[in-house]
Amino acid sequence: MQIGVLSLQGDFSAHSSAIARIGGHTIEVRKASQLSDLDGLVLPGGESSAMLKLLDESFLSALRESLNRGLPTLATCAGVILLASAVHNPAQSSLGILDVDIMRNGYGRQVDSFVDSSLLLTEEGRAALQNAQLMNGRAPDIEAVFIRAPIITRVGADVDVLATHDSKPVLVQQGSILGATFHPELAETISPVYLLFSRLVQADDGLVEVDGSLLFR
Amino acid sequence: MSQEHLPRLKVGLAEMLKGGVIMDVVNAEQASIAEESGAVAVMALERVPADIRKCGGVARMASIDVIENIMKAVSIPVMAKVRIGHFAEAQVLEQLGVDFIDESEVLTPADEHFHVNKFDFKVPFVCGARNLGEALRRISEGAAMIRTKGEAGSGNIVEAVRHMRSLTSELKMLTVRSDEELVTAAKELGASLELVKLVARDGKLPVPNFAAGGVATPADAALMMQLGAESVFVGSGIFKSEDPAARARAIVRAVTHYRDPEIVLEVSRGLAEAMPGLEISQIAPEDRLQERGW
Repeated sequence: MQIGVLSLQGDFSAHSSAIARIGGHTIEVRKASQLSDLDGLVLPGGESSAMLKLLDESFLSALRESLNRGLPTLATCAGVILLASAVHNPAQSSLGILDVDIMRNGYGRQVDSFVDSSLLLTEEGRAALQNAQLMNGRAPDIEAVFIRAPIITRVGADVDVLATHDSKPVLVQQGSILGATFHPELAETISPVYLLFSRLVQADDGLVEVDGSLLFR
Repeated sequence: MSQEHLPRLKVGLAEMLKGGVIMDVVNAEQASIAEESGAVAVMALERVPADIRKCGGVARMASIDVIENIMKAVSIPVMAKVRIGHFAEAQVLEQLGVDFIDESEVLTPADEHFHVNKFDFKVPFVCGARNLGEALRRISEGAAMIRTKGEAGSGNIVEAVRHMRSLTSELKMLTVRSDEELVTAAKELGASLELVKLVARDGKLPVPNFAAGGVATPADAALMMQLGAESVFVGSGIFKSEDPAARARAIVRAVTHYRDPEIVLEVSRGLAEAMPGLEISQIAPEDRLQERGW
């Protein structure tokens, strides 16, 4: 089981440590050729405009191809901006794979960054956690760290909203793509978002439960 | 919002800047060139360090109009410098909404005894350090990011290398010390035992560790990254060179691909003249910016 973490720029190392904590093996992806033979992909937080400058045409088309092929993907913050259909504030190019419109720095500047200790789950969100066998009687709290976070302003018909903050979608799923406008990689304990992701990565395998935490294998 | 999450939000932004280049800019036009070249953040200041060195006099926080115009011009985080110990300059920058404050030895210190208590602020701070003790003291005051001091405005990488090497070798040494040795180490480092123990256990600082001071070429940036820096600040190196935009793009790619000499070679091709460099021994000890702070 090999998870690639796009490591052009951003908090890729925080993702790698979180995934290592649940038994996943990660590699840093800096070139298009490193996208082959992955079982999952993480697009981390960081500066989306800087990442775009480092993604040349061949890298973009390799990414597009992998995601269209259904490579399970977890995109956080800048990662969601890269995948969106349209980006505002200011407008910038994007892959158009995740059918959402998104506004960069939607909550303001760094002084407006915040933590929501328990996101509001939608019915779809509860169902997703249920399916992933993550509901132990009650739904787990999803702690969300928002840093200069974007706001999703439109959600396409094929996109499920799993959780919201202030009635705006912050955790969405479209097929094998999970998108979070916050940073599960900065949560104090392993975020349920990773467990949803691990479920996508090994959809056919079921999960191994060790000491109450679900592991990649 | 409650204060308990603040340290995480501050260090969190520093995490987002990893693997990137933070560029010194003195106006909105330079800021746009920096953003267009792939900078992860810009540092707003009145004059780049090379000019501060030349002009002499007292170097202060940049004028509000300059910073504000830069904030309007770009969508990436904007940092600005305050004088060591000048917490009122920091209060003004926080009020203005800058994203990161550099309590910097490049400006003329305002307080000869105390740095700013950075826990008082919602905005994260970065501070310079020449060694582990200095880094830990700044972290104890609330810094969310450490950078090497290097020798700003010199275009000479030797001091940044010295500072990064000191820090990493001191870190390594701590990891093999016994508990009673750590008590003495804490005394020698001038840092709290609690923090020293944490660092000894993890073998790394609890906040991101970036390089600054003397980076002028893509290879300089790749060198600092391979020595353990997690990102690179470039001060005079870009806008004092002959071809700022091309050099900025080249350094950005060199930082991402720092372990790939093929790419560092490719981006180094065809660049015009780098900024002129200064031999450190030619800078009088009292003019060395790294000596400021403690």
